Amino acid sequence: MLDQLEQGPWPSFVTDLKQLAASKATVGQLLGQLEKSYRDRWDYWTGTVLNLSGYGGGVLARYSDLRDEFPEVAQFHTVRIIEPSGYVYSTEALRELCDISEEYSAGILQLHGMTGDVLMLGSDNQATHAAGEALMSKGWDIGGSGGALRTISCCIGPARCEMTCFDTLGLAKFLTDTFISELHRPEFPYKFKFKLSGCANDCAGSMMRSDLPLIGTWRDDIKVDQEAAAGFIEQNGEEFVIGNVVSRCPTRCISLRGGRLDINNDNCVHCMHCINVMHSALRPGDDRGATILIGGKRTLKIGDMFSSLLVPFMKMQTQEDWDALVDLVRRIWDFWTEYALEHERVGEFIDRISMTSFLDGIGLEPDPRMVKEPRTNSYIKFEEYGPPRFHGEPPQPPNVVDREVIGPEADEAAGNPNRQSGADEAIPDGGNAGDANKAGGGAKGAS
Amino acid sequence: MAADRLAPRDNGAPDFRKYLHPAMRRNYGRWVDHENIKPGVYKHISEDGEELFTVRAGSPRMLSIHKVRQICDAADRYCEGHLRFTTRNNIEFLLTKAEDVEPLINEIETVLGFPVGGTGRSISNILHTQGWLHCNLPGTDASGSVKAIMDVLYEEFRRDDLPQRLKISTSCCQINCGSHADIAIILQHHHPPRLDHERIASCELPKVVGICPVAAIRPARKGGRNTVEVVKEKCMYCGACHGQCPGLEIRDADTDTLAVWVGGKSASTRGGPAFMKLATFGLPNNPPRWPEVSDAVRKIVDAYKDGARQYERVGEWIERVGWKHFFEVTGFEFTRYHIDSYRFARTSFNISAQARR
Ligand code: HEM
Ligand code: SF4
Ligand code: SF4
Ligand code: SF4
Ligand code: SF4
Repeated sequence: MLDQLEQGPWPSFVTDLKQLAASKATVGQLLGQLEKSYRDRWDYWTGTVLNLSGYGGGVLARYSDLRDEFPEVAQFHTVRIIEPSGYVYSTEALRELCDISEEYSAGILQLHGMTGDVLMLGSDNQATHAAGEALMSKGWDIGGSGGALRTISCCIGPARCEMTCFDTLGLAKFLTDTFISELHRPEFPYKFKFKLSGCANDCAGSMMRSDLPLIGTWRDDIKVDQEAAAGFIEQNGEEFVIGNVVSRCPTRCISLRGGRLDINNDNCVHCMHCINVMHSALRPGDDRGATILIGGKRTLKIGDMFSSLLVPFMKMQTQEDWDALVDLVRRIWDFWTEYALEHERVGEFIDRISMTSFLDGIGLEPDPRMVKEPRTNSYIKFEEYGPPRFHGEPPQPPNVVDREVIGPEADEAAGNPNRQSGADEAIPDGGNAGDANKAGGGAKGAS
Repeated sequence: MAADRLAPRDNGAPDFRKYLHPAMRRNYGRWVDHENIKPGVYKHISEDGEELFTVRAGSPRMLSIHKVRQICDAADRYCEGHLRFTTRNNIEFLLTKAEDVEPLINEIETVLGFPVGGTGRSISNILHTQGWLHCNLPGTDASGSVKAIMDVLYEEFRRDDLPQRLKISTSCCQINCGSHADIAIILQHHHPPRLDHERIASCELPKVVGICPVAAIRPARKGGRNTVEVVKEKCMYCGACHGQCPGLEIRDADTDTLAVWVGGKSASTRGGPAFMKLATFGLPNNPPRWPEVSDAVRKIVDAYKDGARQYERVGEWIERVGWKHFFEVTGFEFTRYHIDSYRFARTSFNISAQARR
C-alpha cells in the first residue's frame, strides 16, 4: 500500500525511507510495520517512559507491539533536541546531527516537530542514552515533555523580517537558557509553552499553540513614507487602497484624503494589516516591545482557548526588560503551580479561579485592554467598596420577617435579634462591623 | 559504568548566532523591506541596501540523513553553508547572489525533488503530526495523508494567486497536535473506550479518573482489582483517557472517521485570531491516499478561490458570505452535529434577528 504514496508530484517520504532502508535495517522494518498499519488501519506502538539520567523528559519512548515480526524496531525511541532559535542552521551543524543520527539511531530526522524541536527517530534504549551523550557533548540539549516547560519556538524576526518589534531569536534563547531547569525537570501541574512572534502576523502560531505568547508591537506612530505610499496608491488605484487597506483596518483608523494616507494612531490596535499590504510605505513605529498574552491551548479539557491579553505593552530591548519578563513568568508559575489542579493548563486554571483572582495572585493591575468589554452580569461582591454597614451600628432586622428559617445559625448570622433563641453570648466577639464586611465575612461579627 | 552515565548538562538552546547566514548577521534587525519576486522566492532588503534572497522549498518534514545531506550540499554550493526551516516544515535556502537563484531552484527541483513555492498567497506545507509512523495514540497516519493531499494541492503550493494565504493541518487523534488552521483534518472516534483491565491495572488510577473532561470515568473494583469504569452515556469519545492510560482503547479501525474543520487563524491581523469550525465529518479513514479527504479539501479550496475577496482568509470569507452560503457552495450538509453542544456553545449562536434569505 505504501507504494501508492510514491506516486504523485509531492516529495514522498516513502521513497526517501526506502532508499535509507538499503543501509539501515531498522528503517526497512519500520516501513514493514507501517505497511501493516496501513493494511489494518491500526497503530502498533506502545508509549512508555524513558529518561536520560538527570532529565525528566525529552524522549518519546516507543515499543513495537510487533516486536516478534519486526525485532529491529522493538525499541524505537525519538529524542527531542532543542532547535536553534528561528530554525537557522549551518550545514556543519546539520551534518553533525546527521552523523549522530546515523551512528545511534535510524537516520531519520524530523525538521521540525510541532513543538519546535528537532526529532531524531529510531534508537533503542541503549543507543538513546548514547545519542543523548553524543548530542550533549557537542553542545546540543534535550527538549521538554511531560509536566514541564516545552522547547520555546519563535519566528525569524530580526534575522530576516522588517516587521519584527523585538529580538525574537535572542529572547527565545535567553528564555530557554534561563528556564532550562523547568524544561528538563517536570515540576508543573501540566505542560507550559511559550512562543514568540515579532508582530501580530504571528508566524510562530503562538496564539493558538502556546500558554504564553509574546507578540511584537509598538506604541508610537506607524512610520509612513508618504512618497512610497503615493507610489503605491498611484500603482494600485485609490479603489484598491480603500477596499483593501482603509476598509479592512479593524478600527477604521485609516483614511485616504487627497491621495494622502492618514492614520489615527491613537485608535490603531497594531494588527499589521495595513503594513502587510503596503510594506514598502508603512512600518511599525520605533518605540517597540511586546504584548504578553496568557492561556492558549487546544480543546482538552474544557474547550478551545486562545490566549488573552495580559500585558498590553512591555519593552523587550534591554537585559532589564528581559529580567522583568522573567520575573513576571516566575510569578505566574509560582501561583499556578501552587493552586492549579493536576493536569490543569494555565488557561483552564484562570477560567476556574477567574481572571481577577489570577491578576491578584500574580500582582498585576487590571487594564481595559485585557477585555473586549466590561462584564455584563451584576453578580459582583464589590468587596472593597462595600461601606461599613450603618456606620458601624449593628444592622437592623429587615422589615419583611417571614423569611425561610434555616436554623438558629442562620438567624445568628443574620444578626436578627427577634429570632434569636436567647443569649447574647451566642454572638461572637464584637469587633468592627465594617472590617467584617470588608473581609467578606458577612454579619457574623455584627454584635 | 559511571563514565557512560549521563549527567545533566543543561546546555540550553544552541547559539543561533553561529548559524545565521552572514547576510543575516550583518543586517540583524536592520531589514527594511521585502519583495516577493516570484512564487517561492523572496528578496529582503536591508538598511544598507544589501539584498538577501530566500528560496522556499516544500519538504515532507521527515527526512532521511541522505536527504538532509543533499540539502546541505545545495546550501554549501549556493548559500555559503546556511539555511533555515519554517514553522510549516518548509526549507529556506538563503543566498545573496541573484544569478544563483535559478540554478539553485533547478538543483532543488531536480536533485532534491522538492517543489519551490509556499510563499505569499499560496497553500503552504501542511502542519502535521506523527501518525502510525511514531505515535502511540493515532487512529490514522499523518505523513501519508499529507503526501496525498499535497499531491492534489501541488499547483496551489507552487503558485501564489489565491485570495490570501491558506494553511492546512492534519491531526491523527483529537488531541490535535496539528492545531487550528484554515482547513484542518482531524480523526474522530465514534465509541467510548474499550477497557482492558489488565492494562488499566498498571496506570495511575486517580489520574485516569481525573483526565476525563466530563467525569465519565469512575473508580471501580472488578475481579478483586482496582480499576475504572466508563459511563457510556456521558462519554463523548474524546480519547483524553487513552492518552493517559492505554488500557482505555478509544480507537476503532472499523468506525473511526475523519472530520474537516475550517476557518482557523492565529494572526491578530484584521478581525484577530479565530477557532476553526466543523465543516464536514464522517469521511472514511481510507489509506493509503484518503481520496475522500482530498476531495473535501479541494471543494473548500475551490469555493474559497471562487468566492473570497483579496486578503480574506478562509474564515473571514465565510464570515462575510455566511455559513449558509458556505454549506451551499461546498455541498456539505449542515446537520445537528454542527451546532456546538459543549462548554462555550452559546458563544457560537446567532444572537440577533439577522439572517440571510
Ligand atoms: C500521551 C500523550 C501525548 C503524546 C504522546 C503527545 C505527543 C506529541 C507529539 C509527538 C507532538 C509533536 C507532534 C509532531 O510534531 O508530530 C505533540 C505536539 C503537541 N501536543 Fe501532544 N502529546 C500528548 C498529549 C497531548 C495533550 C494531552 C495535548 C493537549 C492538551 C497535546 C497537545 C499538543 C499540541 C497542541 C501540540 C503541538 C505543539 C506546538 O504546536 O507547539 N498533546 N504532542
Ligand atoms: S511574526 Fe511578524 S516579525 Fe515574525 S516573521 Fe512573521 S511577519 Fe516577521
Ligand atoms: S495596524 Fe491594523 S489597526 Fe493599525 S492602522 Fe494598520 S490596519 Fe489599522
Ligand atoms: S495528534 Fe494524537 S496521535 Fe497524532 S501525534 Fe498528536 S498525540 Fe499522537
Ligand atoms: S473518551 Fe473522553 S469522555 Fe470518554 S471516558 Fe475517555 S476521557 Fe472521558
